[in-house]
Amino acid sequence: MKVFRSSKVLLTLMLAALLIAFGTSSVFAAKAAPKQKNIILATTTSTQDTGLLDTLIPIFEKQTGYFVKTIAVGSGQAMKMGEKGEADVLLVHSPDAEKKFVEDGYGINRRLVMHNDFIIVGPGADPAKIKGVKSSADAMKKIAQAEGLFLSRGDNSGTHAKEKSLWKKAAITPAGQKWYQETGLGMGQTLSVAAEKKGYTLADRGTYLSLKKNLGLDILVEGDAALLNIYHVIEVNSVKWPKANADGAKAFADFMVSKNTQKIIKTFGVDKYGSPLFFPDAGKKDEDLGK
Amino acid sequence: MDLIVQGIIKAFELIVTFDPEVLGITWLSLKISGTATFISLFIGVSIGTAVALNNFYGKRLVISLINTGMGLPPVVVGLFVTMLIWRSGPFGFLEILYTPYAMIIAQAIIATPIVMGISLASIQNLPPNLRLQILSLGASRLQMVWILIKEAKLPLLAAVMAGFGGVISEVGASIMVGGNIKGYSRVLTTATVMETGKGNFDIAIALGIILLILAFIINALLTQLQQRHYPR
Repeated sequence: MKVFRSSKVLLTLMLAALLIAFGTSSVFAAKAAPKQKNIILATTTSTQDTGLLDTLIPIFEKQTGYFVKTIAVGSGQAMKMGEKGEADVLLVHSPDAEKKFVEDGYGINRRLVMHNDFIIVGPGADPAKIKGVKSSADAMKKIAQAEGLFLSRGDNSGTHAKEKSLWKKAAITPAGQKWYQETGLGMGQTLSVAAEKKGYTLADRGTYLSLKKNLGLDILVEGDAALLNIYHVIEVNSVKWPKANADGAKAFADFMVSKNTQKIIKTFGVDKYGSPLFFPDAGKKDEDLGK
Repeated sequence: MDLIVQGIIKAFELIVTFDPEVLGITWLSLKISGTATFISLFIGVSIGTAVALNNFYGKRLVISLINTGMGLPPVVVGLFVTMLIWRSGPFGFLEILYTPYAMIIAQAIIATPIVMGISLASIQNLPPNLRLQILSLGASRLQMVWILIKEAKLPLLAAVMAGFGGVISEVGASIMVGGNIKGYSRVLTTATVMETGKGNFDIAIALGIILLILAFIINALLTQLQQRHYPR
């Protein structure tokens, strides 16, 4: 009797597991779109953390029938994925690296989508007295002189690239200094670390605004032309990577610069944060921004 | 403290209102980790038993390797699986990177050594004379193995629980090979990471609580099975 029972137990267990396995495969099969329908979008964390992509992508998928796989990483890693042909289209904000990416033949059809700006945020007490300083490079200098704690992304993201360019402009090498710490985390988490440690950091305005309620960090420096944060969409070169979904990439890039999408970008976040998080720029030139 | 309370309230809200997105994420977590555990059960128990019952040169080394595998870091598994299945990798033609399938594979790799190690130990732990006894009663070798596995039912169910617990709570590999795609490969753990990044701590805590509840239900069911005949 006991043997009979325990084998029944085992059988039930296995049946249950089988059921799960079969249920799984059938559900997945129903959901998986045809291969060429998949688009891998490599993008920065800021477009996901602000919720912009959650708004735009369902519209795109509905219009075109494509299925977008959004992989939110830093701009640096996104471009690395593009270089290897592991992504089809990029939405990134690291202009110098992007230009090189296109020049090296990895990407085509780089188009301006939108911008917002970077801000230097820090604790209200502002130990380095940078509040209201006009030039971002001067502000960085002051932070270094006062040895105020600065949290760097340290992850080759677009924000990190911008931060490095600001240090360069200020003629300061922060790496290895005691007051300079690299988090290696995304923007949202780096802001949380800065808030916790009462340090300064460079952030994109979109992510800052969407997290503001929990942070207790103030905007200390803003409005400098050097702090522009510009997003481009780039299609991965399918000549170099035949496996890349060129049609899908083009469709997505076209969608990002289309009139309707630009209109959505323009008002995105107004209801929640009182001001837009991004400014649509399709068709403009980089040089004309911020004027 | 407020945040934690808010998180608990939020979790309650999401559960009682049957929030479709959270429900979908929870169901997907269960399916992926359940399938992965199921696969690991087959591979783990069979290899574990085979190693336990056979004597061969280098057996101790193999056992050490399996036991090391029980602590396999999920991110390392994620990294290797990613490199194997990305488009330019050896299994790129399968086109399964950033799909639930890739997550099942990675999780199965994580769970298998856990199941294998525990089943190996539990079969080895059976009285050595039992084998001879079964064989002398006229059982074939296959029947003998089956009876041994049944005898070790208790620790084997513990192996299932350990394997399942290991993968349902795992985030590093899942986010790397699954990509945390909304409505497709987003599971409880990867959603928790994302909501934390977004600063939605209440939702993140809520997802964590739901994960705990799910793990508790599964383990309670398995424990029910395991402890059925105890105490006598």
